[in-house]
Amino acid sequence: MHTDSPPRVLVTKIGLDGHDRGSRVVATALRDAGMEVIYTPPWQDIAAVVGLAQDEDVDVIGISSLATDHLLVPKLMQALKDTGLGHIRVVVGGIVPDQDEQDLLSAGVSHVFHPGCSLQKITEEVMRLAHAAREQAPSII
Amino acid sequence: MATHNLKKSTPSETGSNAKQRWQEEYRQQIGKDKQAFNRSGIPIKPLYDAEDWDGSGHNYTLGYPGQIPMTRGIYPTMHRGRTWSQRQLIGFGVPEDYNKRVHELIKSGVTAISLIPCNSVYRGYDADCVPSELLGTCGVVLNTVDDMETCFDQVDIAQLSTAQNDPSPFTLLALLLAIAKRRGVPWTQVSGTSNQSDYISHYVANHMFFRLALPGARRVLVDHIAFTLDHVPSWNPLSVVGQHMQQAGATPAEAMAFTLSTAIQYARDCIERGLDQERFFPRFTFFFDISISMFEEIAKFRAGRRIWASIVREKFGVENPKAWRFKFHAQTSGVDLTRQQPLNNITRVTAQAIAGILGGLQSLHTDAYDEVLSVPTEDAARIAVNTQNILREEAHLTDVIDPLGGSYYIEALTDQMEEKIRTLIDKIESAGGMYQAVQDGLVQTMIGESALRFQQQIESGEQTLVGVNAYQNEVDEKTTPILERPDPAHMAAYLESLERYKRNRDQDRVRKALDNLARAANSKDENVYANVVDAALAEATHGEIVACLRDEFGDGDPLIVP
Repeated sequence: MHTDSPPRVLVTKIGLDGHDRGSRVVATALRDAGMEVIYTPPWQDIAAVVGLAQDEDVDVIGISSLATDHLLVPKLMQALKDTGLGHIRVVVGGIVPDQDEQDLLSAGVSHVFHPGCSLQKITEEVMRLAHAAREQAPSII
Repeated sequence: MATHNLKKSTPSETGSNAKQRWQEEYRQQIGKDKQAFNRSGIPIKPLYDAEDWDGSGHNYTLGYPGQIPMTRGIYPTMHRGRTWSQRQLIGFGVPEDYNKRVHELIKSGVTAISLIPCNSVYRGYDADCVPSELLGTCGVVLNTVDDMETCFDQVDIAQLSTAQNDPSPFTLLALLLAIAKRRGVPWTQVSGTSNQSDYISHYVANHMFFRLALPGARRVLVDHIAFTLDHVPSWNPLSVVGQHMQQAGATPAEAMAFTLSTAIQYARDCIERGLDQERFFPRFTFFFDISISMFEEIAKFRAGRRIWASIVREKFGVENPKAWRFKFHAQTSGVDLTRQQPLNNITRVTAQAIAGILGGLQSLHTDAYDEVLSVPTEDAARIAVNTQNILREEAHLTDVIDPLGGSYYIEALTDQMEEKIRTLIDKIESAGGMYQAVQDGLVQTMIGESALRFQQQIESGEQTLVGVNAYQNEVDEKTTPILERPDPAHMAAYLESLERYKRNRDQDRVRKALDNLARAANSKDENVYANVVDAALAEATHGEIVACLRDEFGDGDPLIVP
């Protein structure tokens, strides 16, 4: 890590669904654990997420998906790579069928959190991933 | 030798002595007794008796079914006369897929059907404007009069009540009216409900359905009510929704209070528009969530029924007794279901459904156990329907009206829930009414706090969740459902047909209809919804109609309170 500043996490939703109870609760928990959380309304398109991740210099992107929007996540992974943001870790939480989970992991997603996962586990994992992301981040100098 | 009367039990001890003795014995035997609270924060005692609810004056708070104060039900016969409508949500793939499911359901004896459109429709876009991966995965793609025609091909729409999950500006009803006109079915015979007409609930909690900015959404709703009262009199134009807010984290008492506050807001808006309250109130319907907190839910529904009757009758002074009826649809709570050991969800749904039935619902959707894993599969949906059939016909839940009426606990809890709900309604009133309260974020903040509190109760183990924080399996056996995804070839064919539809219309007619719609939106003297219907008749698409009104009223941009 090149600084001791708190991890920066973008919590967002892509696609068409708007159920945001999960993303709100998780965002609050991450903030309470001392992270800087950037929170957006739902329905972000992929370009907007990539742009925000870059501008806000985030370490982790958390995508909440309750109604099949996770099917767009492989496109997000590609866009991050294409923009030189491959070090940013991406996690997905919500309703992700088993059959789709493997596709997401193969596309480079670090972790899929399913319903029932504790906030503590999510917080610990995001913290760990944020540190890993910073170690790989291209140096600003 | 004393004679024993074997036909009678020994009479109980009476008076304060008996109670005192019980209290002492209870204290001695219980060990450490932790104060329990229900989800709405009401303290729950170990035992209720006549000190908690005085049954002697029961006609005042209870009365009889179909009579004020409506605690025991809105009809004299309740489920004994007519059980609830089994209104399962269906919608998947392309219109042909939907039509197939409708015919299967009609064959199984269903007389009411619910239509769930694709998320692209919910957001107000035609299918050619969104990422194609997402099309038809959660509902049917439906953009044109022809699509609606296909959905109800060989279906007598005069005989089938449909619940259109159709947020403002209610394009799906407009498309339905267009096919009625094509088929020569008079609009007076079209019946059903605009299931997602409560834009305030969308602004607060179900953002996906929120298409138009608040003032525009408000205008279109009132015009929609005015239009259907005059032209589609068997249609229920308004369903006020507590379900979204409870799913978003509101406690049962909060969800009931916010829903009633919303209904008060809509009633005031209708009155301001000059609508006759004796006519519009009887068309109000409600839609609630049923959590697994069983007695609390039963009390919530009984209290809600009583409060609504008193608001309509006393606050608004409505004389039509039909208007005092708190008609509601309810859905078992998806949030209570777990991914861990998913078959346990069948039990959860059963408990939730029992609560709703004993609470006196008019219509019920039971969730499929696999909803927490994916969009429900057909097998799981069948179990959900049979859960209702079993409760109704094997368990005999419908033999007696309000079977828990007179229980010390239920009555005391109903009274306490009523008090809590009324206090919250007063809070919203002091904040300037529901419209103002949601604009200011007051309601969103309260719901967010309740959601977090509940999550913390699960994390601390205070609230048990089987398979999640208790009784976990070492290796979690998963029941992986076969994923249903729309056939890509069907979806590609659909997109071609949409393109063809847009190309082959009378373009001048479409343009004129959309111009009229835009003009109506800016004129106080015109009914916007009448122009939505005209646009559908002129073969404008769903997405074009929503886009036109977004241009005039502004985008639906809900207040996000993180």
